[in-house]
Amino acid sequence: MNPVNYLYLSALLFTIGATGVLIRRNAIVLFMCIELMLNACNLAFVTFSRMHGSLDGQIIAFFTMVVAAAEVVVGLAIIVSLFRTRHSASVDDASLMKL
Amino acid sequence: MENLIALLIAAPLLGAAVLLCGGRRLDAVGHWLGTFLAGASFVLGAVLFTDMLGKAADARTVTQHLFSWIPVAGFQADVTFRLDQLSMTFVLLITGVGSLIHLYSIGYMEHDERRRRFFGYLNLFLAAMLLLVLADNYLLLYVGWEGVGLASYLLIGFWQHKPSAATAAKKAFLVNRVGDMGLSIAIMLMFTTFGTFAFGPVLDSADKVGEGRLTAIGLMLLLAACGKSAQVPLQSWLGDAMEGPTPVSALIHAATMVTAGVYLIVRSGAIFNAAPDAQLVVTVVGAVTLLFGAIVGCAKDDIKKALAGSTMSQIGYMVLAAGLGPIGYVFAIMHLVTHGFFKAGLFLGAGSVMHGMNDEVDMRRYGGLRTYMPVTFVTFGLGYLAIVGFPGLSGFFSKDKIIEAAFAKGGTEGWILGGAALLGAAITAYYMTRVMIMTFFGEKRWQPDEQGNEPHPHESPGVMTIPMIVLAVGSVFAGGFFSLGDRFLHWLEPVTGHAEGNSPVSAMTVTAATLVLLVVGAGIAYVQYGRRPVPAVAPRGSLLTRVARRDLLQDDFNHVVLVRGGEHLTRSLVYVDHTLVDGVVNGTAASVGGLSGRLRRLQNGFARSYAVSMFGGAAVLVALTLLMRAV
Amino acid sequence: MSFPLLTATAVLPAVGAVATAAVPAARRTTAKWLALLFSLATLVLAAVIAVRFEPGGARYQLAESHAWIKDFGVRYELGVDGIGVALVALTALLIPFVILAGWHDADPLETGSRRWRPTQGFFALILAVEAMVILSFEATDVFLFYIFFEAMLIPMYFLIGGFGDRAHEHGEQAAATQRSYAAVKFLLYNLAGGLIMLAAVIGLYTQAGNFSLPEIAQARANGSLHLATSTERWLFLGFFFAFAVKAPLWPLHTWLPNAMGEATAPVAVLITAVVDKVGTFAMLRFCLQLFPEASKWATPAILVLALISILYGALLAVGQRDIKRLVAYASISHFGFIILGIFAMTSQGQSGATLYMVNHGISTAALMLVAGFLISRRGSRLIADYGGVQKVAPVLAGTFLVGGLATLSLPGLAPFVSEFLVLVGTFTRHPAIGIIATFGIVLAALYVLVLYQRTMTGPVKAEVAKMPDLRVRELVVVAPLIALLIFLGVYPKPVTDIVNPAVRQTMSDVHQTDPQPEVEAAK
Repeated sequence: MNPVNYLYLSALLFTIGATGVLIRRNAIVLFMCIELMLNACNLAFVTFSRMHGSLDGQIIAFFTMVVAAAEVVVGLAIIVSLFRTRHSASVDDASLMKL
Repeated sequence: MENLIALLIAAPLLGAAVLLCGGRRLDAVGHWLGTFLAGASFVLGAVLFTDMLGKAADARTVTQHLFSWIPVAGFQADVTFRLDQLSMTFVLLITGVGSLIHLYSIGYMEHDERRRRFFGYLNLFLAAMLLLVLADNYLLLYVGWEGVGLASYLLIGFWQHKPSAATAAKKAFLVNRVGDMGLSIAIMLMFTTFGTFAFGPVLDSADKVGEGRLTAIGLMLLLAACGKSAQVPLQSWLGDAMEGPTPVSALIHAATMVTAGVYLIVRSGAIFNAAPDAQLVVTVVGAVTLLFGAIVGCAKDDIKKALAGSTMSQIGYMVLAAGLGPIGYVFAIMHLVTHGFFKAGLFLGAGSVMHGMNDEVDMRRYGGLRTYMPVTFVTFGLGYLAIVGFPGLSGFFSKDKIIEAAFAKGGTEGWILGGAALLGAAITAYYMTRVMIMTFFGEKRWQPDEQGNEPHPHESPGVMTIPMIVLAVGSVFAGGFFSLGDRFLHWLEPVTGHAEGNSPVSAMTVTAATLVLLVVGAGIAYVQYGRRPVPAVAPRGSLLTRVARRDLLQDDFNHVVLVRGGEHLTRSLVYVDHTLVDGVVNGTAASVGGLSGRLRRLQNGFARSYAVSMFGGAAVLVALTLLMRAV
Repeated sequence: MSFPLLTATAVLPAVGAVATAAVPAARRTTAKWLALLFSLATLVLAAVIAVRFEPGGARYQLAESHAWIKDFGVRYELGVDGIGVALVALTALLIPFVILAGWHDADPLETGSRRWRPTQGFFALILAVEAMVILSFEATDVFLFYIFFEAMLIPMYFLIGGFGDRAHEHGEQAAATQRSYAAVKFLLYNLAGGLIMLAAVIGLYTQAGNFSLPEIAQARANGSLHLATSTERWLFLGFFFAFAVKAPLWPLHTWLPNAMGEATAPVAVLITAVVDKVGTFAMLRFCLQLFPEASKWATPAILVLALISILYGALLAVGQRDIKRLVAYASISHFGFIILGIFAMTSQGQSGATLYMVNHGISTAALMLVAGFLISRRGSRLIADYGGVQKVAPVLAGTFLVGGLATLSLPGLAPFVSEFLVLVGTFTRHPAIGIIATFGIVLAALYVLVLYQRTMTGPVKAEVAKMPDLRVRELVVVAPLIALLIFLGVYPKPVTDIVNPAVRQTMSDVHQTDPQPEVEAAK
């Protein structure tokens, strides 16, 4: 099977994730969309690794997973504490850190 | 003996310092202290004079070096004094007339609570004026030059609570500053030309320099002289200067300071001798001013302003003579000295009249005062005869010589200058006769002032009349004494040089013409003011009269061109500074602030809009990268 | 090793600043006396420097040199030439008067008021400025100079912004707004200048490899350090820009009227008589020595700007309604003269310019401090609010007049000597510019006399009728300044003797000789 199709899939997933980030308000959904984008990238890395016959892409995919895991820990903690104080998971309500 | 020169200046300077810093404790004795120190300076001057007479005519110049003043590479200004026949003449005139006027002021300023300060200023003036005539270089002369300007400023504005006095003082200083500019440029020119500005080296090597350079120096010196001596075009301050107390007008604005310009020109004779163009300008300025002053003098009803016009005119004679070169220098100085006597006497007489008339200055409110103030009348009358050139009195000798010298210049110029001088003599006779008649003859015209105080004309006390009498004696005899055997000529010759001219008109003719014109001028005045009653309110008068009353529109000119123009200039510059120069800076600041305000709006706090910009940015970057590849 | 006299002269006021600031808040008077004492002690040290200095000796005397930042070749190097001695002495001389004149400027607004006025801070800041100004006159390391040149802005900023004049026609709130505007403007202007200079300092380092002024100047003179023409010009402009802001030269002058107008009179004196002198001093020391060719290249433009400063400053002074702003614009005119003298490139001009810095300091101090006394009595800076003061306070009026006459350079007073030297020095090389500059003396007479006439003469205004004459403290401030003005006007030799050798060296740095007179006059 032509590996380029995986790249198309990766681009599709990334676009879905990006659109989700831009149009959804709910922090949890936002978060999942970001994960989707990250995984789309992972897919692209792995595909390229296969296409070029080198392991670099797969190694980076592991790194990305580690980063994503760390991000989930920190991000979810923020979202939970935000929900506790403001009783809402909408990101638009959390706009106090501006000038 | 020459070590005493500095003392001449030191005495009045000490007086000024003590009187001005001494405070109220000195109020009781201040005026005597001031007069004593002025007198001391005169005595010292007399001692030095007798000493000088004992020497041979060509060995009379002595100098005293005090200290090095401004030593900078190549620029050596020393405090050195030079006493020669020319400065000796001035020293005696300044300290002599000065002492008399100090004495007079004791009486005149008796009721002024600030009398001590007045004497302090007078002493300051004497010191500065002596410095002016004793300096051995132009820069030191400049110090005296501005020093007398300062004293004049302080004294004109002595009654500072009167806005008119304060304005007049400021005007005098400013107009003089314009002249001072000329002096400083002249000194700078001398420095670049000769590498020095000491009298000796400059005047001795004047003939080695090109004529153009000397003409420039001469014209700049003339500008300075015009400022100090109230010559056209810098004449406008002298009339207003009469706001000062009358002794000041007598000493500073008649006898001494205003003649400093003549001194400067005569002192710089070597420069002018080698620059005929500059000389011509000097004579023209002198001739124009002598007519200008005389015409103004004819129209004024204020006795002091009439005399001020006369002063201007008489100094015009001196400047004219000084512009004629070696033939005129001696007569310029001789007229200066005799003028010092009779004009100081006239002013003191005017002061005496005012003193008796509740400070009234309008001659239309005088009349018939001869019986009330006999001493004043006689001394003033003698001064009057002297100034109009009555045969045998001082003015006759000195003025006639100047008119003769003017004709002797030769050519058309000679005729024009001589004619102007003759015409001036006629006008002098007219306006002085007018003053005399309006003040001392006719019926009484005085009225109560606004407070209803009727003036009670009375003769002034002895402390005032004695100086007047001394000056009157001087006005009668000085001219004859000087002219006898050409004494004055021989006295000054070693300094000024001398030349005989070939006059197209004989001396007798000139004298006869002067006398005829004297009679004509005085006669017209008699017909106008002696034969008919003088109206208490000035009639409208002819156009010339009205223009002359306004000082021939000098102030109108100054007002329109300088004051208005200057106001517009400064106002628009203030505007420019605020809006343009400062505006650029504030504008930069404001635009930086505005820009950051705009940028701030992007930071709206919505995470998703940040995300949009991130995606947008990333998309642009990717697009650019691809585009670069494609190209 | 001999006693580090130069360091001591700067450290003493710095210690004084710390000591003054450490005095407990309640003991204001102690703090004032302490500050005065330290400033007087500094004056004594400055006098020792002036006495120890040998006019004919080495160029930089009493030199000190220690390694500081080795990696960049920055050294702690001090040394004074004649010009430096004169200006250190001027600074040390003026500070006690500034402190004494500002004795009550930082007192609490009213007794029992809860608003805190840091009296201690005011005097500490003045001493801090003194320390830094003295160091910048003494530093012979370019980087060291730069540090103090910039650092003095900080205490000045607080002095202007924190202790400004409360007299304002639109009330205290407007005064506060104006004050912070003035302080920020002062800071921004000078920081901008300093920043550009920093770039030039670094540029110089990349070319020369060290910061030592004597070493670089020597290398420049003997040809071992050659700068490309354009490099030299850029570096020159970088330095000159900073100094021209500080001096200030038209059109970089607009911060001065604001700063001097809003600051109290003693602080205004500090700005114009002391701090600004660093700018003109640095032009003489750094611009001419380090970049002689570029200096010559820029001379025509600078002379024109100086000429504009002279006339423009004077004309604007005529148009002012505010006494302090008038003095500020007069100062701009005077700085024009100083810069004219420096760049006339003649001995007379440069000696005159140095003398001018000293004399302008004294004369402006006299005029401004008396003006401050006047303003503190009436609570207004507007000329129109005064009239007839002469009648009620003759001594005040008299000293004001003397200050004014010094400002208009009356012969017999010190500024005349310097102004005339500058004019002559300019005239010998550039006659036209010399003549136009002479118009400045007429305008000076105009603004001084108009100011005097409007405030001191005429009928007594009701508001000034009860005005007290000068008090003893105020007289103690003014009398010595006036005495000094007269003394230096009659006998400026002590200063010229110190300055002349330094000027001779500067002239040889820029490879200039004085124009010779046309005719060798018979001596």
